[in-house]
Amino acid sequence: MKFRVDRDVLADAVAWTARSIPARPGTIPQLAGILMVAGPDGLELSGFDYETSAHAQLPVEVADEGKALISGRLLADICRALPDRPVDVSMDGAKVSLTCGSSRFSMQTMPVEDYPALPELPPVVGSVDGDAFAAAVAQAVTAAGRDDMLPVLTGVKLEIEGATISLLATDRFRLSLRELDWRPEQNEFSANALVPAKVLGDTARSLTGGSALQVALAADGGGSDGLIGFSWTAGGSDRRTTTRLIDGSFPNVRQLFPATSETTAVVEVAALVEAVRRVSLVAGRNTPIRLTFSDAQVSLEAGNGEEAQASESLDAALDGEPITIGFNPTYLLDGLGAITGSHVHVAMTLPARPAAFAGMPGEDAEPDLQFRYLLMPLRMQG
Amino acid sequence: MEAVRDTASVLHLDLDAFFAAVEQRDKPSLRGRPVVVGGLGPRGVVATASYEARQFGVRSAMSMMEARSRCPHAAFLAGRFDAYRRCSADVMAVLHDLSPLVEPLSLDEAYVDLSAAGQLTDLSPAVLFDVAEGLRREVSRVTGGLTASVGIGSSKLVAKIASELDKPDGVVVVIPGTERDLLRPMQVTVIPGVGPATGNRLRMLGVTTIDDLERLSVEELVRVLGQAHGRSLFALARGEDDRAVMAERESKSISVEDTFDTDLVEPALLSAIVDRHARAVCERLVGSGLSGRTVTIKVRQHDFTTNTRSTTLAGPTDRAAVVSRVARELLREIDTSAGVRLLGVGVSGLADWVQDDLFVDDEPPEEPVAAAPTPVDVAGRSTATGWVAGMDVEHDDFGPGWVWGAGLGRVTVRFETAETGVGPVRTLAADDNRLRRRPLPAPDPA
Repeated sequence: MKFRVDRDVLADAVAWTARSIPARPGTIPQLAGILMVAGPDGLELSGFDYETSAHAQLPVEVADEGKALISGRLLADICRALPDRPVDVSMDGAKVSLTCGSSRFSMQTMPVEDYPALPELPPVVGSVDGDAFAAAVAQAVTAAGRDDMLPVLTGVKLEIEGATISLLATDRFRLSLRELDWRPEQNEFSANALVPAKVLGDTARSLTGGSALQVALAADGGGSDGLIGFSWTAGGSDRRTTTRLIDGSFPNVRQLFPATSETTAVVEVAALVEAVRRVSLVAGRNTPIRLTFSDAQVSLEAGNGEEAQASESLDAALDGEPITIGFNPTYLLDGLGAITGSHVHVAMTLPARPAAFAGMPGEDAEPDLQFRYLLMPLRMQG
Repeated sequence: MEAVRDTASVLHLDLDAFFAAVEQRDKPSLRGRPVVVGGLGPRGVVATASYEARQFGVRSAMSMMEARSRCPHAAFLAGRFDAYRRCSADVMAVLHDLSPLVEPLSLDEAYVDLSAAGQLTDLSPAVLFDVAEGLRREVSRVTGGLTASVGIGSSKLVAKIASELDKPDGVVVVIPGTERDLLRPMQVTVIPGVGPATGNRLRMLGVTTIDDLERLSVEELVRVLGQAHGRSLFALARGEDDRAVMAERESKSISVEDTFDTDLVEPALLSAIVDRHARAVCERLVGSGLSGRTVTIKVRQHDFTTNTRSTTLAGPTDRAAVVSRVARELLREIDTSAGVRLLGVGVSGLADWVQDDLFVDDEPPEEPVAAAPTPVDVAGRSTATGWVAGMDVEHDDFGPGWVWGAGLGRVTVRFETAETGVGPVRTLAADDNRLRRRPLPAPDPA
């Protein structure tokens, strides 16, 4: 095996591939490796943890074909630190040698034969604009759960109906719903898939401007053998990833958005974010911030009489009954950070019922319902 | 460091045979008779014995079986904790009237810091004695005649020991400067924290009295008892106790647990008990205007090994469905196949607000207790019909009374209350639909 590769192309592809390497490979030590295959089509890099696979194909002039399995963590650390010079990689007995400028590294290899075969990419069912996908995923994953005790909620539910994908995520306390246009191969295409939020987020982050993303899905979707894949071009290499769909039924959450509201408020996002940050300084982590909407204002307060207290008021355009509602400040900031536009539209019914947030491109614009964030308030006891 | 305070400003109050005394108050036919309150199941232990029962050698923490053999003619009652709690709250309120600094140790015991009592400027022994007597009169008045023993001294240790000296119904004021003379002849076991285990180790060193203990060096004590315990005992032996009276702490957790008559194996039954405990915990949370963030289960195995598991939620809850779901998951992490003798569910990390769940309305409706596989029987507190000795009941025709005994489809009730004097006994069918449990009367709007 012998090839020369551009430093940035290699570093970017290795860093991305290494993300799907298990932190603790346990009884299968070869999963800690990145498989390098130099062949007629260039250089292929593979990482796999039996749930998620990552595969990158780099356009590389290969002098000698060959393969090697080397520690992914070490390779990623080395590539990140390399100077900006072409990188020469070759086999040197049982070791891989890597030279870049005047830096030389020699790395142990693991037996290639023991490395598992990566899953095949399922059939491509359509494609989506990379930038639009990245923006939609970044919003949708805001509400995804991180509790491994509730694996279903660590996923993003993709509901595909014709030319629209709905992305839904919830950790039981908030819910995000994002609608995304895409181009299915067949107009009538319909499918559901529960995809690990982490994989979706990693994929979205690795997309670079302008590229299109191919979506690959086993036609029936769902089920314990369900697999979703994405392929795209980024950082000078062709990439594809597959991941096992999460088994289990995602709760029916769409109907949680209230059909009507008693009070709606429009507030400037940047000012509200600043005020929430300031006032919540006196609220311990995860203790409530109370918002009172009345008289063309929203008053924020946190803390209690025994300890520190803070309050602040902002202008707000109100429609409906005055209301006081309390939120976990972190959840509130997450939602305000995820919406787009200069203003936020807040729709509320009762202090103990969820409030719906949507962005607005301007003070007098219609709310942008492509992304909606639903947040369960905190209920004061006693 | 000598005794930290130079005045006898710490008061310790201990209600005499509290649970049994409340029973005798509310059940006139039991006045002057031996009464034992405790668990009535085969594994029950004595919570409190009346002084009449103590004459037969019945003691707290003794197995109920042994208590029955020592004093077979006593009244054995299951206990009415609502009544005890109500009565205790009245007593604590009296203590709070005396000083803002009150530290309850249990339902029937508390320390009071008299130096925090604004109107008490003279802490001379004569004044303190009057204070104690006034306090005992007031306790008797608000509790309908219960007696209390009071000890006053310069530290918690001395005050607590003093309250034991003339128990029941007595007052002892220990004059500052006389503490060591008082302590020296006493058994080491009067010191709180010196139980049978520590007592045995000390006996092996030839120590039985505090005088003996005082002769040991701190190094010797640390070697035998460890750093913390050794050092604290060295100081306590000299009457050196600078622990402050801590104002009533807010409760840090709320929990419910049950010991079973027989070891339980059946997972469905254990789950049902977890559900029931979760409901009870959440009822108490809501009743106190609280919520909690950390759910803990406690499992004592057939061989007494005890496991606890806990998990912390993203936000506090007061929903039984949530606590129950988490507790069941925690239970699954523990191997219960060899049998469980105790199961508890608790919530800590208390807050006064709740992060509700978006799906709360979707939770399956909570099953009524009756749908669970007879957990009431399992808890060893009841017959099939639910009549438990000591329970307050009310009959449409005969009025209020209490369950004297139950079994074989019958229930025997004595129809009397604290106000009526001794009343008649009647035996009824256990399913007599005119008979029902009698809740505590609403508290006085005082």
